[in-house]
Amino acid sequence: MKNIKRMTTLLLAAVVSGTFYQCKPKGPAEVSTGDAASKVYVAPGKYDEFYNVVSGGFNGQIGIYGIPSGRLFRIIPVFSLTPESGYGFSEETKPMLNTSHGEIPWDDLHHIALSQTKGEHDGRWIFANGNNTPRVARVGFKSFRTEEILEIPNSGGNHSSPFITENTEYVVAGTRFSIPMGDKDVPINSYKENFKGSISFIKIDPATGHMNIAFQLRTPGFNFDLSRAGKGPSHGWFFFSCYNTEQAYTLLEVNASQKDKDFIMAVNWKKAEEYLAQGKGRIEKVKYAHNVYDDKKHSATSTMENQVTVLDIEQLPGLVYFIPCPKSPHGCDVDPTGEYIVGSGKLAAMMPVFSFSKIQNAIAAKAFEGDFNGVPVIKYEAALHGEVKKPGLGPLHTEFDEKGNAYTSFFVSSEIVKWNVKTLEIIDRVPTYYSIGHLSVPGGPTSKPHGKYVIAYNKITKDRYLPTGPELTQSAQLYDISGEKMKLLLDFPTTGEPHYAEAIPASMIMPNSLKIYKIEENQNPYATKGEGQARVERKGNQVHVYMTAIRSHLTPDNIEGVNVGDEIYFHVTNLEQDWDVPHGFAIKGATNAEILIMPGETQTLKYKPTEVGVVPFYCTDFCSALHQEMSGYLRVSASGVKTPLKFSTGIPDDQASDAGK
Amino acid sequence: MKKLIPILLMTLLAACAPDKAKQQSEPGDYEIAEEKNPNAVAENANPGKGLGQVTNVTLNTPLEVERVGRGKAVYEMKCQACHKLNDQRVVGPGWSGVTKRRKPEWIMNMVTNTDMMLDKDPEAQKLLELCLTRMPNQNVSIGDARDILEFMRQNDGEK
Repeated sequence: MKNIKRMTTLLLAAVVSGTFYQCKPKGPAEVSTGDAASKVYVAPGKYDEFYNVVSGGFNGQIGIYGIPSGRLFRIIPVFSLTPESGYGFSEETKPMLNTSHGEIPWDDLHHIALSQTKGEHDGRWIFANGNNTPRVARVGFKSFRTEEILEIPNSGGNHSSPFITENTEYVVAGTRFSIPMGDKDVPINSYKENFKGSISFIKIDPATGHMNIAFQLRTPGFNFDLSRAGKGPSHGWFFFSCYNTEQAYTLLEVNASQKDKDFIMAVNWKKAEEYLAQGKGRIEKVKYAHNVYDDKKHSATSTMENQVTVLDIEQLPGLVYFIPCPKSPHGCDVDPTGEYIVGSGKLAAMMPVFSFSKIQNAIAAKAFEGDFNGVPVIKYEAALHGEVKKPGLGPLHTEFDEKGNAYTSFFVSSEIVKWNVKTLEIIDRVPTYYSIGHLSVPGGPTSKPHGKYVIAYNKITKDRYLPTGPELTQSAQLYDISGEKMKLLLDFPTTGEPHYAEAIPASMIMPNSLKIYKIEENQNPYATKGEGQARVERKGNQVHVYMTAIRSHLTPDNIEGVNVGDEIYFHVTNLEQDWDVPHGFAIKGATNAEILIMPGETQTLKYKPTEVGVVPFYCTDFCSALHQEMSGYLRVSASGVKTPLKFSTGIPDDQASDAGK
Repeated sequence: MKKLIPILLMTLLAACAPDKAKQQSEPGDYEIAEEKNPNAVAENANPGKGLGQVTNVTLNTPLEVERVGRGKAVYEMKCQACHKLNDQRVVGPGWSGVTKRRKPEWIMNMVTNTDMMLDKDPEAQKLLELCLTRMPNQNVSIGDARDILEFMRQNDGEK
């Protein structure tokens, strides 16, 4: 309630000051509002400067926006079924959502990690986490499609993920909830005894991007929240924020907020590689799905993996150190130099900034205050660079610019605070509308931030847009950070709910964007490379329709000889080789979805007729002047009736025997 | 840029020609306008030859059998859905007699520079008014277009 009052005050202040400055057109507010429009205006036919890759939260997808305009370009299906394109419905994409629990048609996508080389964006891949049923996805920047999804075993919820090392050596997956390993049936109150944490290090193949779990760290049972890799001097280390070191298992709101300090966990992953090479890993039997989409075959396969290698941090000295961090730390962000690690205690009245070199000195000098289950706990002061005093309420996340400044989001006081990483002095603060969660500076998590803007992803929208009933659009805001003071430029709505996002210069992505799939390279086993090959084949009660689509007809478009109870597979190949000419395919009564087929691609829709009759099908993507004509009929006979199998296009009499001839 | 064109050409050929021996004999068969933008050829520079990279094609007799075979394969994959081999118009005109009606350069430019031809070439525009469906850019390389041309000649009865 206090929060709302505070917001109202802020709002009133904004309105009053706005009104005031309208009478004084040359006042400072005129600068922040007067030219804001021109700073975000992208003229018709012109392009945005940055791609903004925004997590979709509970919609399970990734949104692609332009910055500075805030325009939405695309929603990439990742963890959720998408009837619009047939993702998860087509036979080719169904395996992408397979898990050890069977098909899971949804997940909660929280964080984005763009691939890096030498600490800088390289424009190859987008990684994203599935928070609920633990998974990590990889999306290709050429196709803007999900190319791989890896399930994470021994995890109770994949929140601390998919943060990335500076050469994309590893992407991590830290469990949010600790659980008893190996699906054990134990009392919940045996948490301290039976519950463990688990952090997976996923190795990325530098050529293909393919993911494999290299090893898992087995940790004491508490909650892992967020993480960041070291960079530059701290490359080889990874930092994870931990909360609930109280090891509570009920009413965490109170019981996990008892201690004055929780931990940031510093992992020496080069040391882990050494232990692994020495055979110190333990093989554990597990079950997890590994789904890969082949962009030549235009189809996915799902493989069930059955083991992981585990390194026990309580048994392996020098692998992990704990650093005390006040009050349930959330963000754990490493600055561009790699020297400073910012801990954001959600409930703390200050923010500690740790120094990597001091941490190394503390380890060398054994400046420990004790241990936690055998893991050394470094003295707080020995690791500390300094504290940012009274920065605001509820610090969550920090991004960086190229000038040595940090930008921290404050959920409770609903603001972004700019401060100097070295001097720890606060430089500026701006309100956000309302209650900011994550924030993003282009290149902000890399060694070479692009700067220029900070984007706020707010958790509460309230009155910022035309109301649409109880459920509202999500509120993002763009600020200019090129000067000393931050300036609000733009509100833009996003699909929800965004958590982390990254922004990358368009010049790194645009030239490589795929336009078509070359029909010559189509290796889908059900491809029809030319209308002369269009045909219908029966195999028992399965009927395979090899169909082609080109403006403005489908071949075959007359099909007879199928029965109620048959399983019909429409394998539709789009013969177009021109950019932006997809065709769609839908058939009346299909219980799944449509499919959208890109130029040169083959996709398959399964259809089970349940009634006798003649069923129309048609192209759903308006493709040409004669799009309405792009249609056909399927005759469905009763079960057991021997209607001869016939298919054709353009032959309106009984002589029809072969399609396209 | 002038140096780039032969490299581009070789890349195109390498992408489309199935056997290396054939590639080497090809560049001499037709000339390509050397322009900064290869498709930005001055309008009406080549009357009846259309607009595009292809400015001069040498036709050989007898027909080059390998080209005919490759041209037929490309036809079946990328053209057949709209063009029949007789004189019947389906989506686009039937191909029968096309090599008698059009210069070989016009045909190759229509196939490889489709959008500009439909926007600027008067003959191509007449066909669009007749068919009402824009011929799609089927991403056909110059080498493939030359093979298609040879297949069309065979379809028109040349030996």
